[in-house]
Amino acid sequence: MYMINAQDIEKLAGLARLSISEEEKEELTKNMGSILAYIDAIKKATEANKKANTEEIYGVRNVMREDSEPHQSGMYSEKILNEAPRREGDYVKVKKIL
Amino acid sequence: MIIDLKNLTIKKVHEHFIKGDFTALDLARAYLKNIESKNKDLNAYLEVFDDVEEQAKIADDKIKAGKADILTGIPFAIKDNILIEGRIASSASKILENYHATYDATVIKKLKEAGAIFLGRTNMDEFAMGGSTENSAFGVTKNPYDHTRVAGGSSGGSAVVVAGDMALVALGSDTGGSVRQPASFCGLVGLKPTYGSVSRYGLMAMGSSLDQIGPITKTAEDAEIIFNEVHGKDINDSTTIFENTHPKKDLKNKKLIIGIPKNFINKDGVDKEVFTNFEASIAKIKLLGYEVKEISLSDIDYSLAVYYIIMSAEASTNLSRFDGVKYGLHKDGKNLLEDYLMTRGEGLGKEVRRRILLGTYVLSSGYYDAYYNKANDIRKTIKKTFDNVFREVDVILTPTTPTPAFKIGEKSKDPLQMYLEDVFTVTANLTGMPAISVPSGFTNDKLPIGMQFIASHGRENILFEISKVFEKNGVK
Repeated sequence: MYMINAQDIEKLAGLARLSISEEEKEELTKNMGSILAYIDAIKKATEANKKANTEEIYGVRNVMREDSEPHQSGMYSEKILNEAPRREGDYVKVKKIL
Repeated sequence: MIIDLKNLTIKKVHEHFIKGDFTALDLARAYLKNIESKNKDLNAYLEVFDDVEEQAKIADDKIKAGKADILTGIPFAIKDNILIEGRIASSASKILENYHATYDATVIKKLKEAGAIFLGRTNMDEFAMGGSTENSAFGVTKNPYDHTRVAGGSSGGSAVVVAGDMALVALGSDTGGSVRQPASFCGLVGLKPTYGSVSRYGLMAMGSSLDQIGPITKTAEDAEIIFNEVHGKDINDSTTIFENTHPKKDLKNKKLIIGIPKNFINKDGVDKEVFTNFEASIAKIKLLGYEVKEISLSDIDYSLAVYYIIMSAEASTNLSRFDGVKYGLHKDGKNLLEDYLMTRGEGLGKEVRRRILLGTYVLSSGYYDAYYNKANDIRKTIKKTFDNVFREVDVILTPTTPTPAFKIGEKSKDPLQMYLEDVFTVTANLTGMPAISVPSGFTNDKLPIGMQFIASHGRENILFEISKVFEKNGVK
């Protein structure tokens, strides 16, 4: 049997905010099942060091800067708002959340 | 003079410009003519810009004024996931089909300052997810050597425009092999620089701990020139490194030692002709006077699984920004949740949705430790393994891909088969090491084969040096 079933796919799709058709659910169950079976092999790796931290993995540290010297207000607003699917004045229009 | 596009390199073009043999406008027109006759069939460009001639005229003014940089007037093609202000950048996705970039990527800014010309934006697997350009929402790109075969991917369009003389050079992005694999399928040079050496500001993020922008070119020298121009610390990308981040070692008068990971490259997993070609390449290396050493890389068998866990986890997070609210496609549902579901469900293609689901799975509660954390632990071990090996050798040699360009449709039904194509390339992304694919010959059917040199962090110079020696000695 596959490592994942149609209900699992449905749940993941909900979490990821994706609508998925019934037909595709079936296909995904199958091919995600074989991908998961493949990546499952890492469970056999025993020599792995525990608690890898990001600096050890990437070789770089997180870089912070002061939250200062802002650009001139409104400089980019029009360009960015022009790309929004729906706007009202200088606002991006969104449906109510509650 | 008649422009011989096939044999042009950046340096040659630059010299012709300076001598006045032809202008940037002449050259741009020669490429536009070629694009006109070839692109319809190969589907390598998603868009050819309508202001190419104007760009070329500006470059010519600069040349005439004696202010030419090495890249002034050089015609570039740009992968569709790199932002050029005011132009569409779609990542070959329906969700960004009509999205206009609101700023220049740092690499674009640098190329503009140098006076480079942008011919157009190239086709790719949607959001750089794939190894064949079959996942583009705008149709597959064909391999110029055999139109029934894939160009590779995800930077397939960038490779084909260079191989088909529709641009002199191109930029791609490489998360698990997306520059090197199409370069090898199309008989070209493809460089994945050290993680952090080239700014990713303005590159659409896929796997943020893996992504790098890299050049696709006909020669190692061209790749070197572009790398030298675009790399460097960038205040807008906190992961960029300084020149001295990775310690350099003196290589003058030193005989380079090439490591061959025999345990990793076995006959079962590699196409017969690729394997034979690889053995022949090793023999040539020895003839060229390099020392060859067999090396063993433990835990490397897990690298592909580790890659697909980390990449999909990061991609699912990065792609959550496409919600139909801020920019891109918007599908209207009954409420906000429905807007999200429909916009993402309809706007994102099959492979992208699959990877988002996979990433959501490995990051979900209950599986997080077993997959994502474990993968990171193994990633660290793999990195350590390579760090140790690079105390003994200067370069590691592998084939770039286990097969030459495959047939269109051959692997697209089975995602796992497609993923296995990345087996030799993903380690450089997992560890952050630079790697280059160079042409190493042809199959009996005249399909290009490539091989890959990997160096330790910050040592692109070794990769360029050895690649140039190979080119000069007719390993083609």
